[in-house]
Parts: sequence; C-alpha cells; structure tokens
Amino acid sequence: MWDHEIRAMASTHAIIAASVFMATVLPAALVPGFSVYGTHLLWIYATSGAVTAVSVAVFWLLGVTPPTKKHTLGYKLSRLLRSCLYFFLSCLFFHTVVVLYGAPLIESALETFSLAVLLTSLTTLRCLCVLGPNVQAWIRVFSRHGAMSVWDTCLQITVACTVVGAWVGAFPIPLDWDRPWQVWPVSCSLGAMIGFLTGLVAAPVWIHYHRKQLTYKCK
Amino acid sequence: MKGLPVLSLLLWMCAVYFVGIYLFVGGFLLVRLEVNRTSTCGDVLQPGEEPGDFCRAEPRFRRAVLLIIDALKIDFARFDPNNTEPKPYENKLPVLEETVSFRPSHGRLYPFRADPPTTTMQRIKGFTTGSLPTFVDVGNNFASSAILEDNLIHQFGQVGKRVVFMGDDTWENLFPKRFHRSLPFPSFNVKDLHTVDNGILQHLYTTMVGDDWDVLVAHFLGVDHCGHRFGPDHPAMADKLTQMDGVIRSVIDRLHNDTLLVVMGDHGMTDTGDHGGESQKETDAAIFLYSPSPLFPTPPSQSEPDVVPQTDLVPTLALLLGVPIPYSNVGQVLLPLFPSHGQTEGAVGVPSQLEALWINAKQVNRFLETYSGMAKDIPPESLSQLKDEFSRLSSEYLSTVREGRSPSPKLAASLQAYLTSVRDTCRATWARFNPLKMAAGLAILAFACLTCFILSELSLVLIRENGPGLKAPVVVALMMGGCVAAGQLLTQGYIETAWCLAAAALSSELLFLWRARRSRTVTVANNGSKAPKYTSWLTPRSLLVPPLLVPLLRCASLLSDSYVIAEGRAVTFLVFSLALYIPIHLNWDGLLLPPSHDPLKAAGLLPSAALSPSTVRKESSTLLGCLGLLIGSLYLSLSFHGCREEQGSCQPSPFLSPLSRLQDSQLKNLHYILSVCSLGLWTYLLRRCLRHYGNLNSSGGTVFTARWILPLLSVSLGLHWAVSATPEDSFRNLAELISLAQLALPRAAFFLLALGLLLIWLDPLTVFVKTRAPATARGPSLPPPRYRASTGISPQAELHHLIPQIYQRMRRSLDDGEVSGGGEADNRPAVEAYGLGTVYSAPLLLFCGLLGIGLLLLHPEGMALSFLLLLLEMGALLHIHASSTTLSGLHGTYTGGFYVPWTPIVLWSLAATQFFHATGHLPTFPSIQWSAAFVGFPDGHTGTILPASLVTLNTFASHILFAVGCPLLLFWPLVCEVRGNRGGRACGEEGEDAVMEMRLRENPQQFSSALLQLSTRYLFILGAQVFASVCAAAILRRHLMVWKVFAPKLMFEASGFLVSSLSLLIGVTLVLRVDVAVGRWFKRLIPDASR
Ligand SMILES: [Zn+2]
Ligand SMILES: [Zn+2]
Repeated sequence: MWDHEIRAMASTHAIIAASVFMATVLPAALVPGFSVYGTHLLWIYATSGAVTAVSVAVFWLLGVTPPTKKHTLGYKLSRLLRSCLYFFLSCLFFHTVVVLYGAPLIESALETFSLAVLLTSLTTLRCLCVLGPNVQAWIRVFSRHGAMSVWDTCLQITVACTVVGAWVGAFPIPLDWDRPWQVWPVSCSLGAMIGFLTGLVAAPVWIHYHRKQLTYKCK
Repeated sequence: MKGLPVLSLLLWMCAVYFVGIYLFVGGFLLVRLEVNRTSTCGDVLQPGEEPGDFCRAEPRFRRAVLLIIDALKIDFARFDPNNTEPKPYENKLPVLEETVSFRPSHGRLYPFRADPPTTTMQRIKGFTTGSLPTFVDVGNNFASSAILEDNLIHQFGQVGKRVVFMGDDTWENLFPKRFHRSLPFPSFNVKDLHTVDNGILQHLYTTMVGDDWDVLVAHFLGVDHCGHRFGPDHPAMADKLTQMDGVIRSVIDRLHNDTLLVVMGDHGMTDTGDHGGESQKETDAAIFLYSPSPLFPTPPSQSEPDVVPQTDLVPTLALLLGVPIPYSNVGQVLLPLFPSHGQTEGAVGVPSQLEALWINAKQVNRFLETYSGMAKDIPPESLSQLKDEFSRLSSEYLSTVREGRSPSPKLAASLQAYLTSVRDTCRATWARFNPLKMAAGLAILAFACLTCFILSELSLVLIRENGPGLKAPVVVALMMGGCVAAGQLLTQGYIETAWCLAAAALSSELLFLWRARRSRTVTVANNGSKAPKYTSWLTPRSLLVPPLLVPLLRCASLLSDSYVIAEGRAVTFLVFSLALYIPIHLNWDGLLLPPSHDPLKAAGLLPSAALSPSTVRKESSTLLGCLGLLIGSLYLSLSFHGCREEQGSCQPSPFLSPLSRLQDSQLKNLHYILSVCSLGLWTYLLRRCLRHYGNLNSSGGTVFTARWILPLLSVSLGLHWAVSATPEDSFRNLAELISLAQLALPRAAFFLLALGLLLIWLDPLTVFVKTRAPATARGPSLPPPRYRASTGISPQAELHHLIPQIYQRMRRSLDDGEVSGGGEADNRPAVEAYGLGTVYSAPLLLFCGLLGIGLLLLHPEGMALSFLLLLLEMGALLHIHASSTTLSGLHGTYTGGFYVPWTPIVLWSLAATQFFHATGHLPTFPSIQWSAAFVGFPDGHTGTILPASLVTLNTFASHILFAVGCPLLLFWPLVCEVRGNRGGRACGEEGEDAVMEMRLRENPQQFSSALLQLSTRYLFILGAQVFASVCAAAILRRHLMVWKVFAPKLMFEASGFLVSSLSLLIGVTLVLRVDVAVGRWFKRLIPDASR
C-alpha cells in the first residue's frame, strides 16, 4: 500500500545512518587523536551536526515537511527562526531532564549539554522536520491514534528508541569496571546513538510488517 | 465489609514470608556467642605446679615473624621440579621447597585449612582467637569491628611483648591501639596490587634489623588482589608470587636463632580468584614454619598431619612463645613442633607433646563449659559425651603424672581425638552454611512471592466466594508442622523448630496455589467473560510493562555490588523514570490532553470522552504540577544522602550531623530555623488538609489530636531541638534546667505521641453531625427531607439515599464558607455530616503525620527538611495517582472495583526505599544512627529492648511511614473525585456522584477486595526485593563483597520487610477499625433519622 513511502523511508534512513558512520570515521582519518571515547565531545558534535544537516536536507528534498500555507519569505523566515528557537529550548529541556536524572549539576555541565544537543538532534530535529515547529502536534503524535502518516509512525519509533537507548545507557555508569565508555556521558550518548540507529532500522521493518493494521484516517 | 478475611489472609502471607526469611537467614548467617573472658598466666593448667608459673618460664622462642600472604593457596606454595611447563601460579615459590628439602628439621610446609566464611576479616579473627568466627558474632560491637574476644595479640600485650604490625589495614580495625607500632595501608581498592606490599617492603627489613619488636606481623595483599583482578592463571600472578619468593628469602636471611618464622595464607582462591565459600580451593591455604635453629625434634615421618586446621596455629604459637592460650581457642597444638616424652632434654622451655596436649585440652574444656553455660546452640548429647570423655582423660593423665610412669601413646592419641571432636562439634554448630535451610528458605520465599501475586489477582474472588480460603491451608500447615515435629521427636529425640515451620509454610502455600489454580479454572468455566482477565496475567507481554519492569530492574540491581553501593541514586533514577512514564502513558492513550474536535471521535474511533475538556485540562495540570513537585522533591532529597566507605569521593550531607556539633553559630541558627520551618509546614499542611475536607469540626478523639496534640508535639520537638543544640558551656547557670529539659521534652513528646495515636485508635471518627432542625420542628408542616422517600423499604436502601444527601449538605455548607451552613435552613434535610467524605483517610493521614513527627524526633534536626520532602512526595504521588485515575476514566467503572494499579504501588514502595537513603541511612552497620537510642534517655538504658526498638524506628522510619500510609492509595482517588465532578458535570447527577469515600461503604465487598489487593501488591513488591537480596546472598556467597555489601543488605532488607509488613498490618487494621466505627455511627444515625 505504501511500498513507495516505505522504500523512501528506508533509503532516507540508510543515508542518515551512513552520515553517522561517516561522521565517526572521517574525523578519525582527518583529525589526529580523534576517537569516540577520547575526544567524545568532538564525536558528539560531529555526529549531531551530520545528522542535523543530512536530516534537514533529506526531509526537505523529500517534501515530508508539511507544506507551509503561505509562501511569503517572511513567514518562512519566522518558521525557521521558531524552529531554531525550539531546537535550543529542546536542548535546555533535555539538559534539565538529564540533570534531574542525576547528572552532575555543575562539574560536567558542558558534557551534559553536549548530550542534550545530541538527543535534540536525534529526536526534536526529526519532529521539526516531520511536523514543523508545532509543539501541540508533537504531543499529539505520541499517542496511540496520533500518527497521521507513515512518517509519524516512523517518528514515534525512532524517538522512542533513541530515548530508551539513552536511558539504558545510564545503567553501566555505576558499575566498577573502570572502562573508558563508562565515563559520563559516553555510555548515554552511545546508547542514544545505538537506539537511534536501531530505530532507523526498525521503523521501516516494523511498518512493512504491520502495514495491514496501519490505517491513517486523515492524511 | 469483611475485615476478618482480609486481615487473616494478610497475616498468613506475612507469616509465610517471615518463615522463609527466618530459614534462609538461619542457614546463611552463622551466629555464635562471644565469650568475653581472657586467659591469664595464673590459670592452673598443669597439675602439681604453682599458679603463675606459666609465663615466667623461658619460652622456646623469644620472637616471631608472621608473614601473612593473603590468599596464598597451597597450590602456589608447592614446588614440582618435574613440571616443565608451569602455569603462572605454579613453581613460583622455590624457596619453600629448597628449605623443606635441605633443612627438614628447620622448616616444613603444610596445607593450612581455613574455616568458612573464607574472608580476610573472619580469617584474621580465626587465627588470632583460635575460634571459628561467623558473620554475626553476638556480643560484637556493630559500630566497630574490634575483636573483643581473647586473642593472641592481647596475650602478647599482656606478657609485655611488643607487637609491630604492617600491611592490610583490616588489622588496625580489628585491634585498635593494640600494637606497639603499626603501619596500616588501605586495603579497599582491589585493583591496586602494589600499595600495601610496597608499603610493607619499605619498612619490613629495617624493622627486622632493629630491636624494638618481639612479634612482627606483616600482611601482604598483592596476591589476593591479583587473584580478584586477573585470576590466578595470569602472568601478573607469576610476578607477584616471584616477588613474594624474594621477600621470604630476604626475611629468612635476617632471622635470628631465637626467632620463629611463619609464612601463611589466610585462605585460598577459586579458579576465578574469588573466595568466601567453603570449597576446598578456597579453604586450603599454605603454612610454612621455619626457624634458623632446629624447629622439629623428629624427622618427617608418617605421623605428619596431612592438613593443619587454621585454628591450630593459635595454641601452637602461644605455647612456643610462652603465653597463655586464648580463652576461646578450639584448636589443638601442632604436635610435630613439640618433643615427644623423653626427648625434652635438648629443648628448653618446651612442654612435651603430652603436656602441650593436656594444657590445650584443659583450656578447651574450660571454654566449652563456659560457652555451654551461656548459649544452647551446641547439641546437648554431644556436649555430655565430650564432658565424659574429658573427665576420663583427665583422671588417666593425672594418675600417670602422679605415679611418674611413662605415659602410654594411647593417651596422647585420645587427647588428640578429644580436641578434634570438640573442634568438629563447634564447627558443625558455627562454621558451616546450612545449604538445606538456605534452599528451603529460598523456595518458601519464591512460592510466597508467587502466592502473593496470585492472591492480589484473585482478591475479588477470594472475598466474594470464599474461594480458596484460608481454613484449609492453615489446617494443613498445622498438620504438616505437627507431623514433622513428631517425626523429628521419634527419629532424633528433639525438635528443630525451623523445619516444622518450613514444612508448615511450604505445605500451606502449595495447597493455596493448587486450590487457587483450580478455582481459577472453575471461575473461567463459569464465567466466560472473565476468562481473559485471569488467564492473561502470566504472559511475558503483560509482565514486561514498565510498572513491573521497574521493580524487576530494582530486584536485578540487588544482585550487583555496585548497584547496592549506589542504591540511593539507582532507586531515585527508577522512581523518576516511572513517574515520567505516567503522563507519557496517559498521552499515548490520548487521555492527557482534552480531546480535540476532530473527525476521529466522530467516527467512533476514540472512546467518547467521559470528562469535559475543562476537567481534563484541570486534571492534567494537577497531574503535571504534582509531577513537578515529585521530581523537585526527588532531586532535593538527593542532597540528604549519607556516604558508604566504598564511595570514595563522597561527602555526606551536612544536614546529617546534629546541630550541637556545628561550630558556626550563624549556620547553626540557619539550620535550626530551616528545621523548625519545615516542621511547622508539616504540621500546617496536615491540618490544612484535614480542615479542607471538613474533618476538624467534630469533637472526637481524632479531632482533639489534630487540634491540640499535633501542634503541641511539634512545639515540644522544636524546643527539644533548641535545647539540645545549645552548646554545653554557654549557659552555666542554666545547666541543670537544660539537662532537665533534655530529659523531659523528648519524653513529653513520646507521651503526646502515644496519647495521640491511642486517641485516634479509640475514636477514629471525624464526622460532625449537625441536627439543625429540632425534633419538635420536624412536624408534618415541613417538607420532608429527600431521603424520606425511601423510609420503610430497608435500612440498606435508606442508607444508599441518605449518604449522598448528607455528603452534599456538607459540601455545600463548606462551599458557602460557613461551617454552620445557616442559610439553608428551609427545605433541607435535618442531618448534616461534616467530613464524612474523608472518614477513612482522615484518621490514617493524621496517624501518619503524628508518626512522622515522632520518627523525626529520633533523627538529627536537619532531617526535618527531608521529612517535609517525604510528605510532599507522598502528597504528590497521591495526587498523581488520583488525577491519572480520573483521567483514565476509571471512575465511571466502579462496578469493577476500586483497584489500585501497579504503577502507584510500585512508586510508593520505591519511594520508601528512596527516603530510607534520603533520611541519611545506608544498608551498612557502621551507618546505623545509634544516637537515636539516647533521645529522651541521655543517661543510657538498662535493658536492650527499648534502645533496640528506638534504633529500629529510626532506621526504618520511611518504611514505616509509607507502609502505614499505603491504604491512602485506595482512598485518594475517591477523595479527589469531587474536584473533577464539580467542575464539569451537570449538577443534576451530583446526588449520586459526589460521595467520595462513602462509595466504599456502599460496596463493602469491593472495598475489602481492593484493600486486600492493594496490601498484597505492596507486600509482593517488598517481598520480591527481599527475595532478590536473598538470592544475591545465596548466589554470591563467594563474592569478595559478600560480608561487606550483600549480607548487610540482606539483613537490612529483611528487617525492612519485617517492619514494613507490620506497619502495613497496622495501617490496614486502622482502616478496618474506622470501618467498624462508621458502621456503628450509621446504626446510631438511622433509627434517629427514620423516626
Ligand atoms: Zn584474605
Ligand atoms: Zn580477597
């Protein structure tokens, strides 16, 4: 029924995953001393930058983003500005949540904020791309009957996978293994990234196998 | 309602849990009584000699060097020249083999068998006291681990020997200030292989060359830590053992002729490098004895012992160094070190083998007599056997000595046999895990958890049909218990209570489960519609929902030492996650936001909203606001945590230290004001809540408590803090008054607390009935009250109509802001009842509040803030639960019962654990707040029960509060119900709707089943945690951390469960008590009204 859309989604996800891969591998080749653990913040910035750029480009090209009603430049500009604002607010939101979850308040604020940026670029940015700067719609999407299109279902899956991945990533921190990936926030950002990649794979697969049950009443 | 079945089922459930815990703990935590006597030189141990002679004789050795290489397994010490490809741990100590083969009369190597538990601390205790230490040595001071029993170090000190110690700092804790000189090094970091060893090596040789020592103890930790970190089969172990080989060589080179060298391990290790249990790999260490002067009178022969028990070192060293054998020793002298009879000429000051055995046997017999007088854990028949044997041996020995004839070799052999049998008896009593008991305890606990779960699922059936009731399980339990007792009496001659209890508990559980299963199939057959409800609860899909996943994670976290150490934060993390899950889940179901007018609903895809958008908006904002409050208090509560010693860079909360210890007076005042403010806020919030629901109008005992005792209690607590915070020297002339106040204020608070609780218990009703129209005015001229319509049908029917009426009147009068409700005299019914809507929750809330202040009295002052957070979190949880119940539309379906879902119950139980940590407690013995025992008793106690219960109350304060308050979860959605309805519903239905807790009264069966379900669910979660920590202790009994982390955790978890379940029973009983009182109240009211 939506074979076309599923195929588009799969290829989009492949591109995004490839960009994550490139953002991990390319700097390692170019920047001396780059490694996922050692220069973790750099890795976070590289990957979140890559994911942001590629997602925006791909979704814009695909035209998933809901078409704006007005085509004036001013309106588009204000939309862009609002998107940027939401992006920043979402970073702050994630930062607060992570601190409330028990991250150190002051000592590693930069690390925590970097994690928040990563989480934002993996989750909120996708919301922005698919739904536009509309918080009401975001909240609506995350309900049982809230998905209005294949892309909404895909958004549900990837966001849930990313958040759960980051949550699970916090588990190894208290263990006394003294591994480099147990340092804050490595395990959480790795968890989020692994969850995100899992979501990228899982979303088309799940939608493909459940396409019979999925009925989007209003497009 | 049926109170009795609820209570009896709960009692039975708790009893089964207790039996499980008792059995496991009985098999796992070995308990032994410490004997506090010490041996002295004056002990008459040799017949015919003068007392006091013992220490004066010149000993065989003047000095001794004890090199303890932690975890020196016997396999490490042996040397096999034919082994061409040695593993990393083989053939690395050639020095031992060289000495043994080239100088056989100077040194020998034996396997050295430790007794379980094979942990370093217990082993050090073992080879210094000669006893068999267990985990709980009763008489031990929990606050410090210092050895109070008689021991070698003490005896060395008594005769003036200078003991110099270096190495593992465990010794410093065990023998504080006993050493002439001590150089302890931190032993905690297992990853650190070298700090301790290098520290010793820096000082060892210089000390040996010097002359200010008689006994030198050096405890190396590298081998043990290497085992824990890499396992024995690792090149690092080879390096470490080679280093030890060099150390032993250098020490041997520096020995004098009058010095004895003992190289030994305290225990072995398994193939993974761990220890703690009782497998031979863990118990068999090595001991190497050496002296530059000939040590062994005879060449190695057949009579060499195959293996030397670890306790044997104590009497041997004592006799060789000329000190009395420590009082509690059960070891026997190592015979090859002593000359046999007739060989004594060469050696000076050495008792012959027979003499040594006799001194030893006499000391052991004396200990046995003292011990059996104090404790009864040694079986009486083996005790009497031992006594007979000793008296026979002593008469034989004495006659031999008196007649001066050469003793028969048989005598020495039978003395040895006597000593061996004493040690074996003691070992059987003290130093053996009882795997059978542990397994039985585990099984009972596992079945108890299952039973509890099924009980909570079947609660309605149980209450309604008396389905698989309690009678049969109890009868079967009694029968089985009796049978086992009789069987034991017949076969063994005495009864072991534990096994009778085990049989009883297990049989009753199994019978209950079997009957529950049968009744389930019957129910399913009878009632097809109910089938999915009962068949679906054990599928993995329904078990892996977050509300059950979170307790599962929590239980799993108890199996890891890191998580137990970080428990406070881990639990907060889980609470936070589950709290966030509530709105997310509601949103997923589309219930969080008011339904927008979209075609979805028109198409009938969404369930038609039962609540108006404004109600939904209001409830959602309440929910989110309370979530914020909950998260805020969760986050703030993190700053009240204490610190374990394992958490290196942790700073304990500044609020944990009592005010009197603060130096800065400004800071002190600030802390005091903060504490008093939070105490005042606590009191105010409670009263505010009660007043809000109209519970403060009547004149009963509970209201008196709320009006007067609650404020008085807080005032006396505030004064008590002020008095105890005054520096001792500031008001000299008032010193007497202050000390009087320190005694009187807390006692007055205790008294007030007891009085308040008693009053609540005696008169729990907070209903104020107002008969506005006098009896004469109730003539036919007045319009009859609406409830009159049902007069004469039946009291029940009348009740149904009466209560909403009464309730409505009350609400309306409150809304008008007038307590008297004077403006509605006409056309209104004559009876008004204030506070009927919260008749169940008000006394419970007040009970919790009072109890909270009482428990706060036992804490440091700063904890008032934490207690306030606890109250706020409780309130937030209750409101979140109420709002989510309203939002998910469970209100409309009261025919289905008042069930409390898993999420709030799990949150409630996790919050109890979280506040255990947030009130400064930790599951370790050193962190117990002993000062609680002296609140109101500054001069100490005479008994032990009172201080113990005070400390228990202090330790488990949050467990108590949350367990007593648990039934509030059932009431709160009903209490908050009115808010939603008043906002949105049409006023026409209000007569039937807004009855709050009177709904429970209308559906007594569902009330009881919901109460039963709530309490069993709470018990299930607590029980699952106990089960998990029991599993942790059983599975990880070899773990490095078992005695430091898991065993204390088990004890705290088990006692927490005990306290929680008792408190839960108190809470449930209070609810039932209120129910009885309400029933009486209605009986009084209805005849009046229907007249
Ligand atoms: Zn050890
Ligand atoms: Zn060890």
